[in-house]
Amino acid sequence: MSAKDQNDNVSKLTDHLFRREAGKMVSVLTKIFGTKNLETAEDVVQQTFIDAIELWMLKGIPDNPSAWLFRVAKNKAIDVIRRNKHSLQYDFNDSERILLKSEYTLASKMENFWKEELVKDDMLGMMFACCHPEVSAESQITLILKTLCGFSTAEISKAFLTSEDTVSKRLYRTKEFFRKNKIKLEIPSSDQIRIRTEAVLNAIYLLFNEGYNSTHSEELIRQDLIDESMLLCRLLTENPNTQLPETYALTALICFHASRSPGRLSAEGEIILLPMQDRSKWDKDLISIGIEYMDKASSGNSVSTYHIEAAIAFEHCAAGSFEKTNWKRILELYEWLCKISPSPVAELSKAAVVMQMHGASEALKILENILDKKKIEEFYLYHSLLGEIYSRMNDNRKAKHSFENAARLTRSSKEKKLLDEKIIALIN
Amino acid sequence: MKEYLFLFRGGDGRNPQQSPEELQKVMQRWADWMGGLAKQDKLVGAQPLEKSGRKIKGTNKLITDGPFMEGKEMVGGYLICKAGTYDDAVGIAKDCPILEFDDGTVEVREIREMKM
Repeated sequence: MSAKDQNDNVSKLTDHLFRREAGKMVSVLTKIFGTKNLETAEDVVQQTFIDAIELWMLKGIPDNPSAWLFRVAKNKAIDVIRRNKHSLQYDFNDSERILLKSEYTLASKMENFWKEELVKDDMLGMMFACCHPEVSAESQITLILKTLCGFSTAEISKAFLTSEDTVSKRLYRTKEFFRKNKIKLEIPSSDQIRIRTEAVLNAIYLLFNEGYNSTHSEELIRQDLIDESMLLCRLLTENPNTQLPETYALTALICFHASRSPGRLSAEGEIILLPMQDRSKWDKDLISIGIEYMDKASSGNSVSTYHIEAAIAFEHCAAGSFEKTNWKRILELYEWLCKISPSPVAELSKAAVVMQMHGASEALKILENILDKKKIEEFYLYHSLLGEIYSRMNDNRKAKHSFENAARLTRSSKEKKLLDEKIIALIN
Repeated sequence: MKEYLFLFRGGDGRNPQQSPEELQKVMQRWADWMGGLAKQDKLVGAQPLEKSGRKIKGTNKLITDGPFMEGKEMVGGYLICKAGTYDDAVGIAKDCPILEFDDGTVEVREIREMKM
């Protein structure tokens, strides 16, 4: 193997491992150092990967790269503890961590922190800390991506079309909040677990949506965000404390939606609309995994919006062709969704289904009856659906006007292109 | 609650042929014993000591380099814990892993409150 190939292999592998292992490592180290030293935890992980790249390029990749990374991180953590055990910045006095201060027990205690079950608990603890009710939704997602998903500040800013400066500020504010309020990595008590898990699920849902229908990015689908949201969901489904019906429902929802990703874009990366999608490209394995989660989700008495959205997504997955879609069932589900959790997006989706079933003028009635016009007019989807409705009613002037409004409001270049094509089609 | 100082002598560290696995087992026993104390909030601190040392003596501050005595007499480490009575402290000390060696000893001393 040439030196260049070797270097390419190393950098590919470390990128991959960073995505996969950095979240675990940061979580455990934050548990050890305390949340007020989150940055030190991140530094240790960063430095571990820098060491890995240097050494592996020189000497080749070790047999078990992940184990190598964990070992080096442990040793670095031991150095940090030796240097800081009496520092006011650190607190190793609780019964869990006092053993880290004695040389008799430092090494074996360090080893214990990295046991697989504990690592998973720490990742959950990190999720709960990130989704603390007093942290804003944007900051929650930002910190999840940074600490648990191994995203750099630059990657986060790219994924959400914000400046790196804004991302840094969000991270800084959340870390300050942890410091001031002595937030710990822990799974909330039983009286809090439900409401706190809901907050985590909401953050994962937003993360997934951003991946599935990226409003802020050049690419329409961000597979990495979808993968991360699925990973976080699965972690929640594995812990008895967080195995709520909602957790299973959201996981099912993500599986069903993600199963369709391979059919949503052409080879050139252009959007393919649902009626035109090649359904043989949909991921059948993922659909059956989704069905398993859906079964588990129906165990409780509660029905969440995730349940209904998952059921809708399932109906699309189950239809052999666009024409065979069970619109009647989907419409019932949307009506249910609008009842338990009214939102402009749910209303729009309902109107789109009505258009399929009862025609454009019925759909237009629904849009006209939406009370909160001001809010809905900010959504590009509202204008794009209006355009579709007017175009079916052969009112090309209004259709063009609506598509133009939609194109103005979307930040996705792929969506813009699709809308432009619709406008051109109207003129011809 | 009073504080007690345990002084460890002999016992460990004198077998250079010890494999890493054996060493790990020994250290795990220390972690179990001290972990138990920590859970009851009785552990104050503990450290092993290097064999080398310096001794400074008297008004003319005469310095000598150690070691100062044979291995089994040398203090190899210490632990400070909280206990109600001497008996309680001795009870804790009895479980110390150093006593798995015949020449291992734990000296238990109560920390004295200086009368003002």
